[in-house]
Amino acid sequence: MNNTPVLKVQDIHKSFGNVEVLRGVSFEVEKGETKVFIGPSGTGKSTLLKCINQLTIPDRGNVWLNGREIVHSHVKINLYRQQMGMVFQNFFLFDHLTAVRNVEISLIKVKRMNRKEAREKAMEELSRVGMADKANSYPAELSGGQAQRLSIARALAMDPEVMLFDEPTSSLDPELTGEVLDVMRKLARGGMTMVVVTHEMGFARWAANEIFFMDEGVILESGPPAEMFTRPRFERTRRFISRMTELYAEEQSDG
Amino acid sequence: MLRGFNAVYDSLPYILSGIPITLGLVALSIALGLAIGVPMAIGQTYGNKETGRLISLYVWLFRGLPNLVLLFLFFFGVFPMLGIRLSPFVVAAIALGLRSAAYQTEIFRGAFLSLGEGQMLAARSLGMSKRKAIWNIMFPQAIRVALPGWSNEYPILLTDSSVAYAIGVMEILTRGNQMVTRTYQPMPIYFTCALIFILLNFGGIRLIHMIENLIRIPGFGREEQ
Amino acid sequence: MDSLLFIQNNLLSALWEGWGKTLRLIFMSVPFGLIVGIFIATGRVYGNSPLMFICRMYVLFFKGTPLLLLLFMIYFGLPPLGISFTPFTASVLGFILCMGAYSSEYIRGAIQSVKTGQVIAAQALGMTRWQSVFSIVLPQAFCRALPGVGNEIIYLIKYTSLAHIIAYIEVTGAGKIVAARFFRFTETFVVVGIIYLIMVSVATKLLKILEKRLSFPGM
Repeated sequence: MNNTPVLKVQDIHKSFGNVEVLRGVSFEVEKGETKVFIGPSGTGKSTLLKCINQLTIPDRGNVWLNGREIVHSHVKINLYRQQMGMVFQNFFLFDHLTAVRNVEISLIKVKRMNRKEAREKAMEELSRVGMADKANSYPAELSGGQAQRLSIARALAMDPEVMLFDEPTSSLDPELTGEVLDVMRKLARGGMTMVVVTHEMGFARWAANEIFFMDEGVILESGPPAEMFTRPRFERTRRFISRMTELYAEEQSDG
Repeated sequence: MLRGFNAVYDSLPYILSGIPITLGLVALSIALGLAIGVPMAIGQTYGNKETGRLISLYVWLFRGLPNLVLLFLFFFGVFPMLGIRLSPFVVAAIALGLRSAAYQTEIFRGAFLSLGEGQMLAARSLGMSKRKAIWNIMFPQAIRVALPGWSNEYPILLTDSSVAYAIGVMEILTRGNQMVTRTYQPMPIYFTCALIFILLNFGGIRLIHMIENLIRIPGFGREEQ
Repeated sequence: MDSLLFIQNNLLSALWEGWGKTLRLIFMSVPFGLIVGIFIATGRVYGNSPLMFICRMYVLFFKGTPLLLLLFMIYFGLPPLGISFTPFTASVLGFILCMGAYSSEYIRGAIQSVKTGQVIAAQALGMTRWQSVFSIVLPQAFCRALPGVGNEIIYLIKYTSLAHIIAYIEVTGAGKIVAARFFRFTETFVVVGIIYLIMVSVATKLLKILEKRLSFPGM
């Protein structure tokens, strides 16, 4: 057994101006685990994800990927980012490239793969998220669900050690969230290591090894889903989860 | 260095007295362009097919020809052939103005088209004739929509006006060149001319922005800002 | 009848040669002008503050100075400082500098219109800053800048007529010489004008085709 966690985050602090968004966040993710962050909007969940791959540089604290320290090692940060796939709320697809080119461009430019290999790999990843038939469509021609599945494929193509999901379904119409969550469930089942920020309580309950409830820049409490959903320690956690679960249930029954 | 400075110092009054000529040329060209361009834009937007086609031909012709070719054609060719004797300054103003008219037609046509049909329908429903509706409702709005693009004609004509050098109009560049042959200090004098043009350019643009702000209507064309 | 004979016997061969030189000017100036424009625009958006300032001054100077004056500066102004160019090189240099300044404005606007999220996504995939600029931002910016940049190319085609004033006898200059010798100005400049109309119309058409081929859904 290898005891080094894939990802270790310790005491991350981040302020924007006078606003302290993160006030010391620590957690670990073992290989194959899915950790889910929940909590009200504006409590620093997205900032935390960005601090993990240094798209936002934390003021204090450190991150280890497979035991190697990555904060403040600017030279190699692109190397580490390749090993951490990120999926954004608003997809951020490359508008001028077809679906398959969106996936292969980083293989060619960053991984220096030759074009033929890159194309094969890209098609493979598209099939994995059920987008093979849309390979030649441009982002503007895709539905929100398709766009998000494409952005997952783009991240997966780099063969990351860990996937970071930043509210992947929040900007989707309710009827489109299912297809994205299906892909994510498949990934979790396949042993992918994942850190997910989401409001989808159903997914959290099903997929998470551990749920973190974040409030005001800190992890207020954490635990396995069964515990968090049935007997949370804090009233605030309970209220949040029950409200979110109601919303989720409504959406389900509407659909 | 010192000789260059002296040459600039001696030439400056003479070069500066070209400013009114350059600016006069620009002003006349813009005015002529406006006087022809607006009616042509209206004709193209609201007129019949034949009018539209004729105006398109004009625009294509004058947008496709270099200033210099127009100047030579009018100054050495067309006017002498017709027996009309005009000063280089007037010929330059006509040539630059006719060309500007083509560009201004495009600018105003775009503005009229951007207003959409609703304004026209509303005006007509009040019993205005088409002519009245165009003049009282469409034109005042179009001119505001067109203003940013239209004010662009100033820097374009300012820099283009220097081609009038080729037919001997006594504008800034012509005067600068004369002083160069007299003092043999080309770089300092050309640089001075460039500075004058740059100052006129950005000073003028400042002024135009001030005027734009004065005539702005609250909430109109908000997306521009 | 007389005019036609003049055109056929005296004018066309001279113009033919001049036309070739005009095309040489265009084909040398456009690509390098665009490259300069891309660098200036990139510098203005992504450069550090001294570079940004230099790029801004560049645009201010070369947009504010009449092109003809610029040609004079290069051809007559530099030799006393020990730098001499042939008329051809001086013209091309002037056109490149001018085109760079004007096209950089369109390219800069286009760069800024590319959504910043895409750069973040590129960096999350491990691309360096310059990799993300060159493979994600600039290709999109180029498509968006094309209509404006195309206009500048059309302008440049017409501006090449200035080159004969610094002794590079392109088509306008060739026409002027023949016209003066035979005292036939109207015919000459009508024919010269037609040549420019042909070049401008063909260029417009080609640019439209290019625009269509480069455009992508959602642009």
